[in-house]
Amino acid sequence: MQVERTLSPTLKLRRTAGALATAVGLRGDESPMPKTATFKIWRTHPEGDGTFQTFHTDITDGMVVLDVVHKIQAEQAPDLAVRWNCKAGKCGSCSAEINGKPRLMCMTRLSQVNLLEPVTVEPMRAFPAIKDLVTDVSWNFRVKKAITKFKPRRADAADGTWRMRQRDIDRVQEFRKCIECFLCQDVCHVLRDHHKHEEFIGPRFFVYAANLEMNPLDTEDRVPELKEQHGIGYCNITKCCTKVCPEHIHITDNAIIPLKERVVDRYFDPLTKLLRVFR
Amino acid sequence: MAVYDSFNYDVLVVGAGGAGLRAVIEAAASGVSVGLICKSLLGKAHTVMAEGGMAAAMAHNDDRDSWRVHFADTMRGGQYINNWRMAELHAKEAPDRVRELEAWGAVFDRTPDGRINQRNFGGHRYPRLAHVGDRTGLELIRTLQDHAVHTGMTVHMEHTVVELLLEGGRAAGVVAYDRERGRFHVFTAKAVVLATGGIGRAYRVTSNSWEGTGDGHALAYRAGAELIDMEFIQFHPTGMVWPPSVRGILVTEGVRGEGGVLKNSEGRRFMFDDIPDNYKPQTASDPEEGWRYTQGDKSARRPPELLTRDHVARCINREVKAGRGSPHGGVFLDIAWIKEKIKDSEAHIKRKLPSMYHQFKELADLDITKEPMEVGPTTHYVMGGVRVDADTQMSTIPGLFACGECASGINGANRLGGNSLSDLIVFGKLAGECAAKFARENGAVRADETRVTRAIQEVLAPFDRGATGENPYKVQSDLQDTMQALVGIVRNQGEMAEALKRIQAFNQRAARVGVTGHRDYHSGWHTAIDLRNLLAVSEAVTLSALERKESRGGHFREDYPDKVAEYGTFNIMVKQGNDGAMKLARVPLPPIPEHLKEVIEEQKS
Repeated sequence: MQVERTLSPTLKLRRTAGALATAVGLRGDESPMPKTATFKIWRTHPEGDGTFQTFHTDITDGMVVLDVVHKIQAEQAPDLAVRWNCKAGKCGSCSAEINGKPRLMCMTRLSQVNLLEPVTVEPMRAFPAIKDLVTDVSWNFRVKKAITKFKPRRADAADGTWRMRQRDIDRVQEFRKCIECFLCQDVCHVLRDHHKHEEFIGPRFFVYAANLEMNPLDTEDRVPELKEQHGIGYCNITKCCTKVCPEHIHITDNAIIPLKERVVDRYFDPLTKLLRVFR
Repeated sequence: MAVYDSFNYDVLVVGAGGAGLRAVIEAAASGVSVGLICKSLLGKAHTVMAEGGMAAAMAHNDDRDSWRVHFADTMRGGQYINNWRMAELHAKEAPDRVRELEAWGAVFDRTPDGRINQRNFGGHRYPRLAHVGDRTGLELIRTLQDHAVHTGMTVHMEHTVVELLLEGGRAAGVVAYDRERGRFHVFTAKAVVLATGGIGRAYRVTSNSWEGTGDGHALAYRAGAELIDMEFIQFHPTGMVWPPSVRGILVTEGVRGEGGVLKNSEGRRFMFDDIPDNYKPQTASDPEEGWRYTQGDKSARRPPELLTRDHVARCINREVKAGRGSPHGGVFLDIAWIKEKIKDSEAHIKRKLPSMYHQFKELADLDITKEPMEVGPTTHYVMGGVRVDADTQMSTIPGLFACGECASGINGANRLGGNSLSDLIVFGKLAGECAAKFARENGAVRADETRVTRAIQEVLAPFDRGATGENPYKVQSDLQDTMQALVGIVRNQGEMAEALKRIQAFNQRAARVGVTGHRDYHSGWHTAIDLRNLLAVSEAVTLSALERKESRGGHFREDYPDKVAEYGTFNIMVKQGNDGAMKLARVPLPPIPEHLKEVIEEQKS
């Protein structure tokens, strides 16, 4: 640290520019970035179902999978359907399965995928297909609306404002980072394999419910609906959702398990049960 | 006869970013029926990209702040050609609009005494931006979205509006198609609110998503509304420059607000070399004072990195052109240096700027807690837009309202960072309220069948031309290159005249674009339709910029590098003439009342 402090700003920046160049070089040294790549992209057929279509395309350093899809769209397949928006990992529109892994296309750099083999890009499989990489995610919007909305306690101050300590809202702010990409819904086996869409709201909406339940201002009680209508009991905490979250939200540990504990405390704790009998 | 579904609402809102959602909430609360059309899925609009915060003079972090200071800051930033009434309303109402978000579930960062925390930002005299780390836009849109879905409104997602309908000179609804299947839908409404955002996609390097194609601007223009201030485009000084595929993505001003500094390849903090006279009294005299300012020292003045965005963007442009740029054609933005000042700076940076850390780590493989970023200007925001009445947000067409980025007036020649999110909620509310009132006071409207049929035919024409037509992506790409090169940060007569000529040629090419295949989720077709809007706004920008023979705010001309007093007395307006050609006029600024002039003067010291 002492040495660093004595460096002149000029020297420091030179060193940094060098470090940047080295980083680029290193990637090249480890596995040289090829100039072209093969992509197998899922195309739906008008009569339903679909197949992979193979595209060969030029690639350049720093590209992400969404860039490749756009390049193919502009040069080879103008009617290729892809949903995207911000291209910076902030809106959660371009969810897909890349080499079978649920990912945001805009945040998957080509340097992270094996380009020696064809790269497969297919839509999220837990949702009905619309066209090519685009799926019908409208179920999610209906589910969210069914969760009891936020209702704050009376204001703390005469001017209608509240007082909260930062440490009391840290955990809620983690949940509010969610960009609603629905990758956690895509990977959840309760939805993907068992199709419990009518009985189970999925990881995204447990995170949403947790954000409401743990908001210090909220006055509603969502424990009964989590148990009865939202099917929290179906989750057997395999943590697949947490693994795919692009915002690195600790979905299982910080949202689902605490909510499960609230349900257990309310409905299955012997002492509480006994008290309820006498109430 | 064309085939379409019909919908009818009292109030129809086009656009579901912050402004549109806020308008929906207000209109629905007054009891009228409300429809909402959005081009993407709900909650994905460009508002999610806003990072730094929303400006509101709540005075939580510095009790010297008030609406008067916020008003004066906004007018100074806009170089005094703002609509004074909008600037006044905005400064006065923003605090209430921010507070009500908390009642709807927003969770802002806190001060030590538990109130909403406010941060420093360029051009704002005191810490004024309510924020949530560097993802304030996400917090805003999610809060409004989650509140709006319980108001009884109906949302039509992934719909694009292609035509604004009129009846007897009054707004009567829109024609739209859904992206999913390419079916047409006709919406009639007693009042229509445009909240469609910006025009960034007219440029090659932009922070805007694909949606920013100037739809509201162009729809209003083609229907006969007036656009003003179209020459004023904000080039945000700090966009990513590397890797190429992410060029233009925003790097929040919050980096500089937290102490980040700009340096050239020689390691010099070049922003200290060029501080405009009118900002000298408020700018730090040395790096140490600037640092103290970013850390909340009330006796310190702000570092020159936090001067207005137009100025910082031009300084960066100058350094790069002079050969003092970074390896990929930007300059260095360094936040890692604060390790000299703060113990555990790594954790501090990650906490204050989490999504910036994330963005550089994942997209550029760079750790901002250890190394400087490379940044350069990116097309970010259009100050110009639909000319509206300040107190109602109604355009020059009765029943047509506009709010947010697609409306104009509050920002004048340049917008201060943080004033956009507050603009959305202040004027979104006002537009929703006044549109609902207009709907209650006026009778039903009908869709003009001939107009509907013609609009649908025009939109389907690219399919008729099929594979023999031009590639729409190619035309869009060529337009972007032209606007970037000829009507960018530094402008001149010759280049812009050339741009105008090329735009005419692009218009002819756009009339020849063709697509093949089905209408289902067909991006090539969508691009062909968006082209019309991009071309209309590009022409409006270029014509207006040619007319303003001076430099002011976001508009800089190397052939007229100085500000000219005469040009500070009017806005430039464009409107479609009877012959279909774009007409230009100078609209005198409404005089500022004496009591507000005094506010401006008292804040000049």
